[in-house]
Amino acid sequence: MRNSIAVIDYGMGNLRSVSKALEHVAPGAEVSVTSDPEVVRKAERVVFPGQGAMPDCMREMDGRGLRPALIEAARTKPFLGICIGLQMLFERSEEGDTPGLGVLPGSVKRFPPPEMQAAPGGRLKVPHMGWNEVMQAEPHPLWRGIADANRFYFVHSFYVEAGTPELVAGYSVYAFPFTCAVARDNIFAVQFHPEKSQSAGLALLANFVSWNP
Amino acid sequence: MGLAKRVIPCLDVTRGRVVKGVNFVGLRDAGDPVEIAHRYDDQGADELTFLDITASSDERDMILHIIEAVAAQVFIPLTVGGGVRKVEDVRRLLNAGADKVSINTSAVQNPQLVADASSRYGAQCIVVAIDAKRVDPKGDAKRVDPKGDEKRIDPQSDAGAEPRWEVYTHGGRNPTGLDVLAWARRMQTLGAGEILLTSMDRDGTKSGFDLALTRAVADAVDVPVIASGGVGNLEHLAAGILEGRADAVLAASIFHYGEYSVRQAKELMASRGIEVRL
Repeated sequence: MRNSIAVIDYGMGNLRSVSKALEHVAPGAEVSVTSDPEVVRKAERVVFPGQGAMPDCMREMDGRGLRPALIEAARTKPFLGICIGLQMLFERSEEGDTPGLGVLPGSVKRFPPPEMQAAPGGRLKVPHMGWNEVMQAEPHPLWRGIADANRFYFVHSFYVEAGTPELVAGYSVYAFPFTCAVARDNIFAVQFHPEKSQSAGLALLANFVSWNP
Repeated sequence: MGLAKRVIPCLDVTRGRVVKGVNFVGLRDAGDPVEIAHRYDDQGADELTFLDITASSDERDMILHIIEAVAAQVFIPLTVGGGVRKVEDVRRLLNAGADKVSINTSAVQNPQLVADASSRYGAQCIVVAIDAKRVDPKGDAKRVDPKGDEKRIDPQSDAGAEPRWEVYTHGGRNPTGLDVLAWARRMQTLGAGEILLTSMDRDGTKSGFDLALTRAVADAVDVPVIASGGVGNLEHLAAGILEGRADAVLAASIFHYGEYSVRQAKELMASRGIEVRL
């Protein structure tokens, strides 16, 4: 059976990179960039990316009627959240004090300016932009073949604070350790951009495409 | 260990080819964009910046095809600048596969463009490029010292006079009267997620970044700063980070003609104690 992957399009930013990277690692897969809830329901796997501000992302997502299909997918099939797609899975974000989908317990916080100013080793800029090390908190099929502390590409000003420590699959350090990957059952979600993280990112996407949780 | 400092090769593009100006006159053809992007990716480039130097607007769409072709094969962040005038231009570049769009002259002509593009697509994809030129407080005057040696006034060593820089547009041709530090802060407030800072005094000279400029801007804003203009050797890149306090360094010619590879640049930087992705 053909591996069908729905990349959720709710009008926020560049999805070409995500779909091209998936096509690159899974030439036989059927990758569709879609805002149609029916296509999401029928897909075997769902990738939930996101860019921009969380209030806009939530509004655009709801404006396309995607919420029920997304919540169902996050309960039933291999589901990969990326960047804002990770943040939207949580209960609430400080960005515009926005409620998220509440699929996972926890909240989204801004990198606090005082801590950034007084960071050990010198002042840190926000957004956190560039290649940082990702420490694997637990073994997971999506980490297969990827070295612990491998660097991935980040660009974000907010980070998630998981409500339970069992959710944390990976973390990075920027002034302090923060959660950059979460996993629960069929959900894996990352703050970094695998589609922009060269060979390690492509390896993670390849692992997702063949993942059977 | 944490976030790595970035090394960003810059590719000047026109009519579908990568070029690099030589001695400010003729353009030397340096090759196919996809091939060059691949080469830099293999060498460990952290991002790529494409600067569209096409003058006529009817040839502007060629950059979209280049970005589409590169983004389908090279999976690192891509920034595109040159000729971005409207939010629609930003949208088309992002849809073609750019991750960030760099705005320069249009930001001066219409600062609202930065605010509109940032609120629509997020600060993370809006880079404001600033071309800066040092303001000599005594004009072009030369000072004759008691021993009779003629030397140019260095505004930095001029006691009491803080160095100042002015924003230029149109590829460094037009002065704007804007102070670079104030402008950088204003752009951050309007929604720039990053500043690409080029010294017009150093660009093309191979004598190194204007480190005082770089440091002044890096200290003035909370967003990352990319140092650009003047790189002639690998020590210059390290100095941009260590003395200029830049978050990233951008260079064109030293990488284009095989003088140095990106990997050599990173190895040198690592040997100077800079955290890089190797």
